[in-house]
Amino acid sequence: MPVAHSPSPATSHGLGHGPGRVPGHVLARTVLAGSGLLAGAAVLAIFAFLAWFSLPLFRGDGLAATLSWSWRPVRGEFGILPMAAGSLALSASAFTLAFPLGVGVCLFACGLGPRPLARLVMAVVRFMTGIPTVVYGFAAAMLLTPLVRRALGGSGYCWLTAALGLALLALPTIVLLLHARMEAAEAELRLTAAALGLTPAQKLLHAVLPACGPGLFAAAVLGFGRCVGDTLIPLMLAGNAAQAPASLLGSLRTLTAHIALVVATDSQSAAYASLFACGLILFLTTLGVNLALRGLRRAPAGRRLRPGGSA
Amino acid sequence: MRRILSVLSCALVCLALTLPASAASLDSFKGLSGTLDIAGGTAHIPVMTAAAKKIMEANPKIAITVAGGGSGVGVQKAGEGLVQIGNTGRALSEDEVAKYGLKSFPFAIDGVAVAVNPANPVSGLTAAQVRDIYAGKITNWKAVGGKDAGITLYTRDEASGTREVFWKKLLKKGDIAAAANVVASNGAMKVAIAQDPNAIGYVGIGFIDATIKAPALDGVAPSQQSAADGSYPVVRKLFMNTKGEPAGLTKAFIDFILAPENADLITAAGYIPLTK
Repeated sequence: MPVAHSPSPATSHGLGHGPGRVPGHVLARTVLAGSGLLAGAAVLAIFAFLAWFSLPLFRGDGLAATLSWSWRPVRGEFGILPMAAGSLALSASAFTLAFPLGVGVCLFACGLGPRPLARLVMAVVRFMTGIPTVVYGFAAAMLLTPLVRRALGGSGYCWLTAALGLALLALPTIVLLLHARMEAAEAELRLTAAALGLTPAQKLLHAVLPACGPGLFAAAVLGFGRCVGDTLIPLMLAGNAAQAPASLLGSLRTLTAHIALVVATDSQSAAYASLFACGLILFLTTLGVNLALRGLRRAPAGRRLRPGGSA
Repeated sequence: MRRILSVLSCALVCLALTLPASAASLDSFKGLSGTLDIAGGTAHIPVMTAAAKKIMEANPKIAITVAGGGSGVGVQKAGEGLVQIGNTGRALSEDEVAKYGLKSFPFAIDGVAVAVNPANPVSGLTAAQVRDIYAGKITNWKAVGGKDAGITLYTRDEASGTREVFWKKLLKKGDIAAAANVVASNGAMKVAIAQDPNAIGYVGIGFIDATIKAPALDGVAPSQQSAADGSYPVVRKLFMNTKGEPAGLTKAFIDFILAPENADLITAAGYIPLTK
């Protein structure tokens, strides 16, 4: 998506006023508002559904049974804490790998790197978004797992392998989102930066990147969502042992992989019922991260204005 | 002309009488059409797809889909009417029969064998050793006559019929260490063991090939023969299950699988046929 570097404020204003004059805009607005409402209602419905079905667990001693560290269905122990910890550990580590890497790739593509190489990098990243998760999982199981096993020992199906695979999966999401914002900000700040005599690196680090606060936030939320929500990568790479994550080379099981593994059991069993609690935890985790990052974004809002203001 | 016809039809009738089943098996799909959905146990898939291919080639109006998912999915989907045949690698529980009104058709015996990497020098294990390995009491191959290397445990998810047979018949319902890696299918188990020189896992005997090695258990080599004659103890039956009495295409398919002349489909997948 090569962006024409025309004076962008004029272009965007022109576009902004355009639809207002089109007679069919009432219909368009109704359709858009309708789909927005529908999407919101779907999310609420999922939450209500999960809460309703996990309700029996939260009555009586079900909650204590679910919030334990032992998953042994044959003994009637349905603790999902190891999986919750696994999800958190794996997604946090994958995100910690992917986010700085994603920001780096964006900086490289927006001016730190030579232009032809930057174009190539972006083309590769765009291509990566189109690859199905299962292909990543399969390729990593065939290539990355033996590599980790030979280099570091263990079975190769472990936290580290899954974190690497997951970081690779989340990277394009982060890069594409942030890159679009950075290109727009760069177009707006280019003249100012040139007038101030900033080098490309200074411009990117001190003007463009700070101006992309919302973009960084959105990329972080989506990237983390990708990490916490993916099922196939952990299922195929993390080893799936139902134990608390203890070492980078040890096997762990995420909530998503847990649901995928257990959903095939007898739907009358307590094991099956506990899956709704897993779903609820996943849902609340994503929501919590979303809100936390939103809070983080609000806090430095005053400082964010400064580069624009001083210019 | 009429005489020739009558002789011919007479011959046909005789033929039909002498070979009733073989004439009936693919012919019984004549005039039938529609779709038949099958899901459940992964061990069943090779048999089901081979039969489905034969039937669909003979009668293009029939579409048969075969999906996996595990024994639990087989029960659930058949019980809720999402598929016509739900496969299980275990007998149904009383609860499942009571809840869904399922009817079971056993069609094959499958043995479950311990499997290790072909590079592993261990060629035999006792049942007690396997139990100790899975319980996490033996953690090094040296303790059972192998090289000095840690043992990596692989097991299946709780919904797996293969796991159930292994756990009941070989582990005698003993513990499986929490650190054991869990894989989701016989195929994934094979891939994991084939890659990992220190692996131990278990697969249906039908899945054993050159990529993995099945050590003898208490001196008995796991094979279809030893499973059939009863000398190898870790065996299970494979079932097709229907909600209520099967009819139409579903019944024709089940009869086809159970017909003695189609036993080669079951043998080819590595199982012992249990034909009618």
